[in-house]
Amino acid sequence: MPKLFLMGNEAAALGAVHAGVNLAAGYPGTPSTEILESVAKFGGGSVYVEWSVNEKAALEVAAGASYCGARTLVTMKQVGLNVASDPLMSLAYIGVKGGMVIAVADDPGPISSQTEQDTRLFARFAKLPVFDPSSPEEAYEMMLDAFEYSEKYATPVLLRPTTRVCHGCASVWAREGGLAKKPEGFARDPARWVIFPRTAYMNHLKIERRNPEIGEDFSSYRFNRLEKGKGAKKGIACSGISRAYAAEALEGTAAEPAVLSVATPHPFPERLALEFLEGLEEVLVLEELDPVVERELICLCGKRRLDVRVRGKLDGSVQSAGEYSVESVKRALGEFLGLNYDIPKEPDNMPQLPARPPVLCAGCPHRASFYAVKLAAKGKKAVFSGDIGCYTLGNARPLEMVDTCLCMGAGLTIAQGMHRIEPDALNFAFIGDSTFFASGITGVVNAVYNRADIIIIVLDNSTTAMTGHQPHPGTGLKPTGEAGTKISIERVLEAVGVPFVRTVNPLELEEAVSAVREAAEMSGVRAVVFRSPCIALSKPSPAYWITDKCIGCLKCVRELGCPAIAVENGRAAIEKTLCFGCSLCARICPAGAIVREREGK
Amino acid sequence: MTKSILICGVGGQGTVLASRLAASAAMDRGLSVRTAETIGMAQRGGCVVSHVRMGDKIHSPLIPLGGADVVIGFEPAEAARCLAYLKAEGTMVVNAKAVKPVVSALSGAPYEAGPVLDFLKASVKRLVIVDGEGVCARCGSPKVLNIALLAAAVKAGCLDMTAEELRDAIRRRVDARFHEMNLLAVDLA
Repeated sequence: MPKLFLMGNEAAALGAVHAGVNLAAGYPGTPSTEILESVAKFGGGSVYVEWSVNEKAALEVAAGASYCGARTLVTMKQVGLNVASDPLMSLAYIGVKGGMVIAVADDPGPISSQTEQDTRLFARFAKLPVFDPSSPEEAYEMMLDAFEYSEKYATPVLLRPTTRVCHGCASVWAREGGLAKKPEGFARDPARWVIFPRTAYMNHLKIERRNPEIGEDFSSYRFNRLEKGKGAKKGIACSGISRAYAAEALEGTAAEPAVLSVATPHPFPERLALEFLEGLEEVLVLEELDPVVERELICLCGKRRLDVRVRGKLDGSVQSAGEYSVESVKRALGEFLGLNYDIPKEPDNMPQLPARPPVLCAGCPHRASFYAVKLAAKGKKAVFSGDIGCYTLGNARPLEMVDTCLCMGAGLTIAQGMHRIEPDALNFAFIGDSTFFASGITGVVNAVYNRADIIIIVLDNSTTAMTGHQPHPGTGLKPTGEAGTKISIERVLEAVGVPFVRTVNPLELEEAVSAVREAAEMSGVRAVVFRSPCIALSKPSPAYWITDKCIGCLKCVRELGCPAIAVENGRAAIEKTLCFGCSLCARICPAGAIVREREGK
Repeated sequence: MTKSILICGVGGQGTVLASRLAASAAMDRGLSVRTAETIGMAQRGGCVVSHVRMGDKIHSPLIPLGGADVVIGFEPAEAARCLAYLKAEGTMVVNAKAVKPVVSALSGAPYEAGPVLDFLKASVKRLVIVDGEGVCARCGSPKVLNIALLAAAVKAGCLDMTAEELRDAIRRRVDARFHEMNLLAVDLA
C-alpha cells in the first residue's frame, strides 16, 4: 500500500481508476476540473476519457456506457448539475447496470461560482444516494465505496466533495488497483431502458421502498461514525469538512460532546442518528451550505417524538451562508458548549491595504476585445450582456463592459429579451469559445429563428481558460492528448444562418473597432469572432517600455487596467516582468511614448 | 507536534508550487501533511493563500487564526492581510516588493510597500525581509520568486527543512528544464 501525496481531486480520480472505471466524461468547472484530468493521467490509456461538450452530454454518454455494463464516472461542478439535471432525474428512475458515480464538487463561499447550491439537497430531490467526503483520504475511499453501492442498488450515486477537499492535498494510502473489467454489453430490455409514464410510476414506487433500505445499510457504513460523548447531554452532528474544523476547535478543550459524522446525508442513516440522539438534550449541526442534516434530525425527532433541541442554521446558531472556518466553528461551539475561545483580532494600527479583485491578465486578448467594443459603441445606447469565464472579469474598472451575467450561455439570450423591450438599444452579447459550444449554440439558433436583433461577440482564446486550460470542440484536442475533430465557430454561425460573421484579431485594434462598428450599423443577428490565444498558451513578445516622450496623461492606466502598468511618480511605468508584449497600450498612447524594448534601445 | 505554514501572495506568483514543495518535503520526512490552496478565479491577480500543515495529527486543512508558525508573504500587503494567522512567537518571511493592483492606481489612494513594511517591522518580532526581486534578476526569471522565498524561510531555520531537502523536493517535483535556475535561487536566497 503506497502512501501518496495527492490533491483531493487526484485522490477521487485514483479511487475511480482503482475501482476499475471504464469511461469518464465531464465538463470543466472549479473546483471539480482536476478529477477528470487526473483520470486521464492515472488511467494510462485503459480508461476512455472525454471532455464532453457540457454536463448534460457527459451524463448521457456515461449513462449509455453504464447501460452496457461499464463502470462510469461523470465530473462537474455544482452548477453543472443544473445543466445535467434533465438526464439525472430520469436516470434516477431508470437506474444503471455498470456502476456510475457522478462527482459533483460544491463551492462554499462561493470562491469561484454563481451560487452556493448544495448537491446533497439535489441528491435528495433526485432520490439518489450521496457521499460527502471530509478529506482527500475519504475522497479516495468513498469513490471506491460509491461504485460498490452503485452496483449493489443499480443506481447512479453522487459523490460531492467541497473546495477544501478538492483543492487540498494530503498523504493518502492507496490500495492496489483493480483492473477494469470488460463490460458485458447492452442487453435489449425495453421495459427497463425505455422510460414511459407507467414505468416511471412503478420505478418511483421501487425507489421509495429502496431508499429506507439504503438508509439502514448506511447506518453501518464505515464513514458514518458515532463518537459517544462524556457527561454532557449535548451532541454535535457534522457533514463533510466541518468535522475537521470541529475537531480542531475541540482540541485542547475539556469538552467531549457526542459527535455524529454523517458521510451519507441521503438516504439518511436514521438508525445511527437515533443512537446518537438517545439521551441528548441539545444538538448543534455543523454543515456548510444548506441545513440538510439539520432538517433530517429535526424530522427524525418529530417522527420519534424525541425531546431534543436541534440547533444550526435554521435557528441562527451557525452562519447560514458562506464558507466555514475554524473560527466560525469556534464561535458556534463556544456558545453551544460554553467554551471561551480567544480568537485573535486584526491589529487596529493596520495601514490601509489595497483591495485586490481578480483581473484579466497582462496581455489577455479579452482586454483588447472589450476595449474595441467599448470604442465602437461609444456615444450609443448599448447594453453588454456577459457570460461565464475569464471574460466575466471584463466587469472590472476601468473596462466596465459586463452589464449582466447569469449562467453559461445566458448572455446571448438575455440580450435578445432586452432588445424586445428596449429596441432602441444596441445589444451586445459576449461569449467565450468553450461556452459557445457548451450552451451558446442554442441561443444563436433562437436568435436567428426568432429574428432577434443582437451583436454576438465571440471571445475565442482557443481554450477553456478560467478552469485551467482544458481543450474543447474548437481546439479539436482531447484530455488524453489524442486528436478529436476540430469544429469551426464561424461555420456553425454561418450554418445556423447568421448573415454577418467577421473574424478579427482583437490586438489589431483598428480592424477590431471597425468590424464592430460595421456590425453595429446593421440589424438582425450579426457576429464578430475575436480570435487570439490565451497568454497561458503562447509565448510572450518582447516587453514594452515607456520613453521620455510620456506626457503623463495616464490614458493607458485609466482606460486599459492592465496589471503590468502602474503609476510611479505620477507617470505610467511598465513592469517588464509582467508585460506580455501585446501592444495594446502602445496602440492607444497619444504621445507615441510606448515602444518595444528592442526599438527603444 | 504540528507545524503550520501559511503562504500568501497574488495570483500568478507561484504560491501553489511553494506549498506543494513544502508539503511534499515534509511527507518525505515521514510526516503526515494537509494543505488547502486557492485555485480558481483568484488566480487571476487576486489574493491567494495556501495553508500547509504537517505533523502526526492534523485535523483541519485551514490554519486557525493565531496558529501559523510561519507566514511566507510573497507581497507586503498580502503578508499584512494574513498577520492575524501568525503565532506571537512565529516567523514572518516577506518579499520586499509590492504588487500594485490596477484599482489602486485608479483609486487615487496609491499603495506603496514602505508603510506596510514599517508596520510589519513594528508588529512582528521575527521578521525576515527578502529581496526577492534581486534573486529573480540574478537567476534571470521572475518565476523563481516562490523558490527564493521558500529558501529564505529554510535558511531562517523556521521550516524544519534543510536547504538540501528543498533541493531534493525541487528535483523531484519541478520540471527538469527549470532545475538549474530554481537550484540557483536556493543558493542565492
